[in-house]
Amino acid sequence: MRPTKRIAVLALLCAAAACTRADESSVPQYGIGKPATDSAVAAMNYDISGEGAELPAGRGTVAEGTALYAAQCAQCHGKNGEGAGPGLPALVGRDPKGEQFQFANDPKLVHTIGNYWPYATTLFDYIKRAMPLNAPGSLADSEVYALTAYLLAANAVIPDTTSLDAATLRAVRMPYRDRFVADDRKPGAR
Amino acid sequence: MTDHERSTGDTQPSLSRRDLLAGAAGLIGGAALAGLPLAADGQSPTPPIAIPQNAVQPTPPMRPVAPFDATKRLGAPTAQVGSRSEFYAPTRTPFGDAVGSSLSPLQDLTGTITPADLHFERHHAGIPMLDPDRHTLTIHGLVDHPLTFTVHDIKRFPQVTRTHFIECSGNGAAGYRDPKPELTPQRVAGLLSTSEWTGVPLATLLREAGVRPDAKWMLAEGGDACLMARSVPIAKALDDALIVWAQNGEPLRPAQGYPLRLLLPGWEGNANVKWIRRLELGHQPWMTRWETSKYTDPLPNGTARIFTFEIDAKSIITSPCAPQSLVEKGWHSINGLAWSGRGKIARVEVSTDAGRSWRDAELLTTPQPKATVRFQHMWHWQGDEAVLLSRATDDAGFVQPTRTALIAERGIGTSYHYNQIVGCKVARDGAVTFHGAT
Repeated sequence: MRPTKRIAVLALLCAAAACTRADESSVPQYGIGKPATDSAVAAMNYDISGEGAELPAGRGTVAEGTALYAAQCAQCHGKNGEGAGPGLPALVGRDPKGEQFQFANDPKLVHTIGNYWPYATTLFDYIKRAMPLNAPGSLADSEVYALTAYLLAANAVIPDTTSLDAATLRAVRMPYRDRFVADDRKPGAR
Repeated sequence: MTDHERSTGDTQPSLSRRDLLAGAAGLIGGAALAGLPLAADGQSPTPPIAIPQNAVQPTPPMRPVAPFDATKRLGAPTAQVGSRSEFYAPTRTPFGDAVGSSLSPLQDLTGTITPADLHFERHHAGIPMLDPDRHTLTIHGLVDHPLTFTVHDIKRFPQVTRTHFIECSGNGAAGYRDPKPELTPQRVAGLLSTSEWTGVPLATLLREAGVRPDAKWMLAEGGDACLMARSVPIAKALDDALIVWAQNGEPLRPAQGYPLRLLLPGWEGNANVKWIRRLELGHQPWMTRWETSKYTDPLPNGTARIFTFEIDAKSIITSPCAPQSLVEKGWHSINGLAWSGRGKIARVEVSTDAGRSWRDAELLTTPQPKATVRFQHMWHWQGDEAVLLSRATDDAGFVQPTRTALIAERGIGTSYHYNQIVGCKVARDGAVTFHGAT
């Protein structure tokens, strides 16, 4: 190959490479896999993020949640959410005067929803996702709202009279949310 | 230790004078308590010998009886699936719960690879039974082409094989909070295992879907009964994350995520979502139950670190260890495992004087990123009391701290990421106990 020709070929190759790079984010490379339709994705996506934008329609009261808790949750988590050992964690427990997020200094301080969880929306997400343990995914959205309401009220986060829906749940701010900090350890630190 | 247990003496071949002498020597040296095999001539183990048992000893499992001379008897035939020697029966520590863990028997393992059936377990809603012909992985959210892959599809992509450890970030709580002398390596650090994994780089799949520039986080969701979900920064997903389907030369074990799992090399076990079925790309972390109420690290100043993904530099001596006993004075191999989620292990030091002096240990395997290495230090025990410790340093500059330093930094009540220096104490009579007060 003559030098001029070689340069021309190289230029073409470079252009092709640049083209590939530019389109990397949008062009399938191997063409393997099938398009996931919106309905297929919706059928498996129950995510409720911290902001709660995805919260569904429905509504539940503390009173409804109290009855549901007794029927579906108390057998594992205790009559009053006190828990039953590893794997069956405590849910309820607030001592606003005493707890003060001193978990690192006091190994006996039990983590509960009220004294630890940073986001109320996480309760909805988790209950809908995983509870009850022996029948996950069996609760209707209104029942999940009711249980979320009961657990927040039992932890003195919201009043007993609350009726929870998407808007009111989004507005709940957990007591210790601002205690969570990013991991900023540098090399050599602990 | 089952392979070390000695029979209480039932059907025995006739004893030679040499055997009796060896047995007597064992008694004098404390071997009756330790139950370690003896070699009278330094070449071949002696056959089992009837040794009177101390009444306070726990009853050991019955030791198998081998032919007195295996060279004079036809051996066993071939088999479809092999099994371990009857003299070696390591076990995990299941509690029998669907929500719980089971620890890998580190003291019974050598090298760095964990046999798949002894890999530690941690499940949050049991082990699902998933049909590989029906299981799929869907990528959606902030992508140009939402895609669903079958397991078969995943295997068509160019594959990679890499060795990485997985460690549950709760590993070591017992040795940190309450370092009791009877703790074994299994109890101290058994939520650690290492495998050779085979799969496809997640970056390959994400390029197929077309990641949008504003995608910063990815929710990884499993197909178990709690739909385990963790938020992962997109940078990690595009860096060295893998979707794996095989472990140590065979498909993943169900307990390890069959048929597909997310592998985030060097990151806390929980984020390596098993039975992976869905990856959603978004702007922010989702704040799931596991990454907020669980895998966060309380600090003494009344805050808690969130998204502490990386596993800190860490090591543990697995031999000698509690509840063994050293029988003979003289040379012993102090060896164990070291690992870091931030890169390669750069150095492992061993102390035989409770940390007053340290010596570089030999690394028996070539350090690989985010993988365990086995270290060794040859030690001449002269029958004195000794405290043996190991200390790892990684190539990111992290050095394993003492328990005292870690408590000062994190508090005795902190949760997760316990990487304090630990070791063992050898008593004058050879008894080995856990030493956690460093």
